[in-house]
Amino acid sequence: MAAKLTSDERDMLAGKHGPGVQKALEIVVALGKIYGAQDLVPVESVQVSGVSYQNLGSAGLAFLREWANDGARVRVPTFLNPAGMDLRRWQTMGIDAEFARQQLAVIDAFTVLGIAPTCTCTPYLIGYEPGPGAHVAWAESSAVSFANSVLGARTNREGGPSALAAAICGRTARYGLHCDENRRASVLVEVSCPVRSVSDWGALGYMVGQATQSQVLYFQGLEPDGVDALKALGAAMAASGAVALYHVEGVTPEARLAGVLRPDHTRLAIDNLEAGYRALSGGPTRIDLVWLGCPHASVAEVARLAAFAEGRRFVPEVWITTNRPVREESEMAGSVAAIETAGGRVWADGCVVVAPLRGRFSTVATLSAKGAYYAPSLLGTDVRYGTWLQLERAMLTGFWE
Amino acid sequence: MVSAAEPILLTGRVIKAGRASGTALVSPEPIGFYGHVDPETGLIREKGHPLEGECVTGRVLCFPTGKGSTVGSYTLYRMNKAGTAPAAILNEQSEAIIAVGAIIGDIPMLDQIDLSRIATGDWIVVADEQVEVRAGGQHKDQHFVTADW
Repeated sequence: MAAKLTSDERDMLAGKHGPGVQKALEIVVALGKIYGAQDLVPVESVQVSGVSYQNLGSAGLAFLREWANDGARVRVPTFLNPAGMDLRRWQTMGIDAEFARQQLAVIDAFTVLGIAPTCTCTPYLIGYEPGPGAHVAWAESSAVSFANSVLGARTNREGGPSALAAAICGRTARYGLHCDENRRASVLVEVSCPVRSVSDWGALGYMVGQATQSQVLYFQGLEPDGVDALKALGAAMAASGAVALYHVEGVTPEARLAGVLRPDHTRLAIDNLEAGYRALSGGPTRIDLVWLGCPHASVAEVARLAAFAEGRRFVPEVWITTNRPVREESEMAGSVAAIETAGGRVWADGCVVVAPLRGRFSTVATLSAKGAYYAPSLLGTDVRYGTWLQLERAMLTGFWE
Repeated sequence: MVSAAEPILLTGRVIKAGRASGTALVSPEPIGFYGHVDPETGLIREKGHPLEGECVTGRVLCFPTGKGSTVGSYTLYRMNKAGTAPAAILNEQSEAIIAVGAIIGDIPMLDQIDLSRIATGDWIVVADEQVEVRAGGQHKDQHFVTADW
């Protein structure tokens, strides 16, 4: 055992806090060993992946139940990744009753572990905003990117069991992005073309993620107009690559630190976004699903769709996915009624690409580079990716122009 | 392979402590469990994998490192419950998915093992950080892989 443990941690590892806590510490210590951690660090919050029954399966569900039976309980604020359905309106969503039964059993098991069933990939939109320097253990790749980059918190890309282990023992191993030296950028990304719309941010993110994989990035030449732009950029880079941390000159909290750009950095120049748009879009022009809300939509994004929906009638299915609190706020603002009157749906809790929807749609249109990246393999669909104006046309005609 | 008369001793780094023995099944390539190993039968199903069609159950499974979906950890847990798990896992360099799977699946696991010292069919005894390798094994191994890797 290379890492130094406190006496409390040694007790946990020896089983003095029960078998559930012991297993959690075993996992955290093993990861620390593999990645060369010197010690463990307390975490302020945890976000657990592996929530959709489609990903977790019967083995994962059995494991969660066993861990809960062993007395494991979370000891820090913990929230869940999206489920494979809207937990309340799954029937309307067309989800099979057996899948729904298993999905609800998964949520029950998490509840026994002490986790409130807030299922979302954008916890930072509903008040869970760890501050600069806070150590957390988050799992969903776009949430990890946002926490590290935009909030200046510190998390590695956790897996489902390792995030849950961190929640149960309240600690994670101090390696990777928990350490200062690993947060410096090794690539300078110089963007010389305008990046204006959400789809521009996604196309840029797709291109940069492909080119840089898991490196830490430093962007010059970007002027994001708010949280939704950075949400789209980070999600795309975390999907096409494995970017967990990026800095934006003049924008993100660690960009101004001395030495943030390593002296031996490489350079990546981006002067147009065509390659990103081209790679993400293709296939038939007939659209049967328009999907917004990947990552989960903000109140502003739901309101934008609602403003367009007012007095109109959608031709294809139009779905926007978000979390329960954003849906409730949007409901009070009248946005949900406007969208659903036009024939659209505002789903909470779930995510399209982790839902059992394979075979249901043939061509999806979206503004989300992350959604466009995953839909072909996870939903088996073709994808049209483009601008908001193209999406508006698709909602009214069912065709991509 | 080493002579049956003189077992070799290797020392690794413990990821999941435990004792186990079995015949070695050695893969020159990484293994991903989710979608690539059938938890009901223990058979490797990945198309084109050097061990495609081999059964990992009860074997000391040796491979350089893990790959693939993080859900693979749960596959190892399920294999333990189904009685199809490997007896032990030896890696050159462990990564998170296999390590977590070994812990939750209660499968003894070591890494930092020089796998060039082990051949499929060797008899392996794992005792915490110690690995004893006997060439050819105690049992004639019908799974011996003769592919030219």
